[in-house]
Amino acid sequence: MIFKKKLPLIVCFIVGILTLLQYYVPNKVSIGYLETMTQWDIIISAFAFLLGLASLFAMHYDKIRRKTQGWGYSLFMFGGVILGLTCGIISKANQTNQEGFITAFGWIYNYVLNPLQGTMFALLAFYVVSASFRAFRVKSGQAFILFLAAVIILFGRVPLGQLIWSKFMSWLPFGISEAIEWIMNFPSTAARRGIMIGIALGAVAMSLKIIFGIEKQYLGGKE
Amino acid sequence: MNLNAAAEILFLDEFSAADMPYDAGEEALLKWKTSPLDSAQATYQVFASTMQTGGWIKVDEFSADKKFASDIKLPFWAWKARKDLHAVAIPLETHFGKLEKNKEYFFKIISIKGRQKFESEIVSTQVKRNWFNFARLNNLVFVLVIFGIFIWTVSHAKRKGLFIRRIAGLDAIDEAIGRATEMGRPIYYITGIGSMSSISTIASTFILGEVAGKVAQYDSYVKVPHYNPIVMTVCKEVVRQAYLQAGRPDSYREDMNFFVSSDQFSYAASVDGMITREKPAACFLIGHFMAESLLLAEVGATVGAIQIAGTDSEHQLPFFFTTCDYTLIGEELYAAGAYLSKEPMLLSTLRLQDYGKFFVIVAVVIGIALMTLSVQYKWDLTDKILENIFKTY
Repeated sequence: MIFKKKLPLIVCFIVGILTLLQYYVPNKVSIGYLETMTQWDIIISAFAFLLGLASLFAMHYDKIRRKTQGWGYSLFMFGGVILGLTCGIISKANQTNQEGFITAFGWIYNYVLNPLQGTMFALLAFYVVSASFRAFRVKSGQAFILFLAAVIILFGRVPLGQLIWSKFMSWLPFGISEAIEWIMNFPSTAARRGIMIGIALGAVAMSLKIIFGIEKQYLGGKE
Repeated sequence: MNLNAAAEILFLDEFSAADMPYDAGEEALLKWKTSPLDSAQATYQVFASTMQTGGWIKVDEFSADKKFASDIKLPFWAWKARKDLHAVAIPLETHFGKLEKNKEYFFKIISIKGRQKFESEIVSTQVKRNWFNFARLNNLVFVLVIFGIFIWTVSHAKRKGLFIRRIAGLDAIDEAIGRATEMGRPIYYITGIGSMSSISTIASTFILGEVAGKVAQYDSYVKVPHYNPIVMTVCKEVVRQAYLQAGRPDSYREDMNFFVSSDQFSYAASVDGMITREKPAACFLIGHFMAESLLLAEVGATVGAIQIAGTDSEHQLPFFFTTCDYTLIGEELYAAGAYLSKEPMLLSTLRLQDYGKFFVIVAVVIGIALMTLSVQYKWDLTDKILENIFKTY
């Protein structure tokens, strides 16, 4: 019990207070403390990655063994790991060799991983459209205001929208650029700052709860 | 050229060297009075050495109409921002490498105007490591006040009677888990891509505990794919404890929490694939999210899952609003622990947030009034005091 609950709470309290005080102490002792803690974090993360790998392998091995739905993907995962690891070792984790030619590891990185990541990122564009379609269905007064603001910003960002505005809305005393600027600088910023202030206050309260051991669910349970 | 021949042109009055206050002992501070002859046409060259007799290194050069004490960005309680004084901070480590303790450093300045030069006397100082950054006094006062209120709220925790407004997203947890149980489909709990040092991830582990407890009671099934192995280790323990406390240790499985990838888009692609294939009845997206937020939430919405999201990344909130049924906005996420557990101690700490908000509202109203008046009546001092008090140094 002492090692599982009390000791982590004591460590958390001491480290929390020291890290807080570190902000006010410009001495090299405090800078060194922060650097040491950061290094520990990196070292622990590196070892924890092994835990992650073990979990990943165990889960996919189990899927293959039990031939559950989609077990072929698990084979693909093992294939990818073996291929990546082999290329990495052969290429000594360098993307180009001494002659400047691309290595197998570099090839995988540049021609497999990067395009795949790019593809995932590009999917965002389509998802934004479908999410916007749902968001812009005008069901209430608030939804209408959201729709109106979105239409102004969307139109104002493309030349066609600017042309339409100048043709049909020129009677207004302001241009579409001014409208966008106003929306972004005032209602949008005000709302965002309100959320950020709430987040900052919540983070302070949460940090204090953790430092003083009031919030201890992260240790694995309430008791 | 004739050194000292034009001493009357740019004579360095009250030239002195001192340790730079409130730093880690890496900088020296040189000060001297401004001259009526200071102009853009005149130049100051600053030299430093570890010996009085030679080895001079030029450490700075600037025109004489620049670098005043008022340019040093320190608050009024820690520094006199005089405009009649030149002040230059010299980063000694940059020029001399690792600094030795109790070592004297020597400085001189050559002022140049046209073809004439004046060389100052040699001054010296030792640099020391300071133990308190006085410039951050404002921050420390705020922290101490917050500490005081926190301790007061905790020590006055009431057993009953503290009102907490309804948070729809947290009330919907039961509904989401119940739906998953009825449909016989799994629940996905996604903790985001934050590490255990992220407060939103810690808050997420608390909600996971509550969700896992209810999942155990309903005999449903939760899957927690992870981006960070440390978060996975913590969450494993949280889920195991929740199953134990619910009296269902037999239903707990080690593979409920599993590691997917530490690469943002690989993680999103993998989890998207799982959601598409398994069609969960409920998805919880609670923690720290970045660009993958929409990739995950939109796929969940497509398969028709009830989605409850919560994050403190304000840039991702719009994506969750559009794709999820319920969204916990920043502070609601941090309040979730208190809301779900109803523990008096945790509930009482919510008052700290309320007092904080009250303070911010009052500060904003008074600040607007004072700033408006200071602009109207040119109260430069008020302007400066307000700016210094609320600035981070």
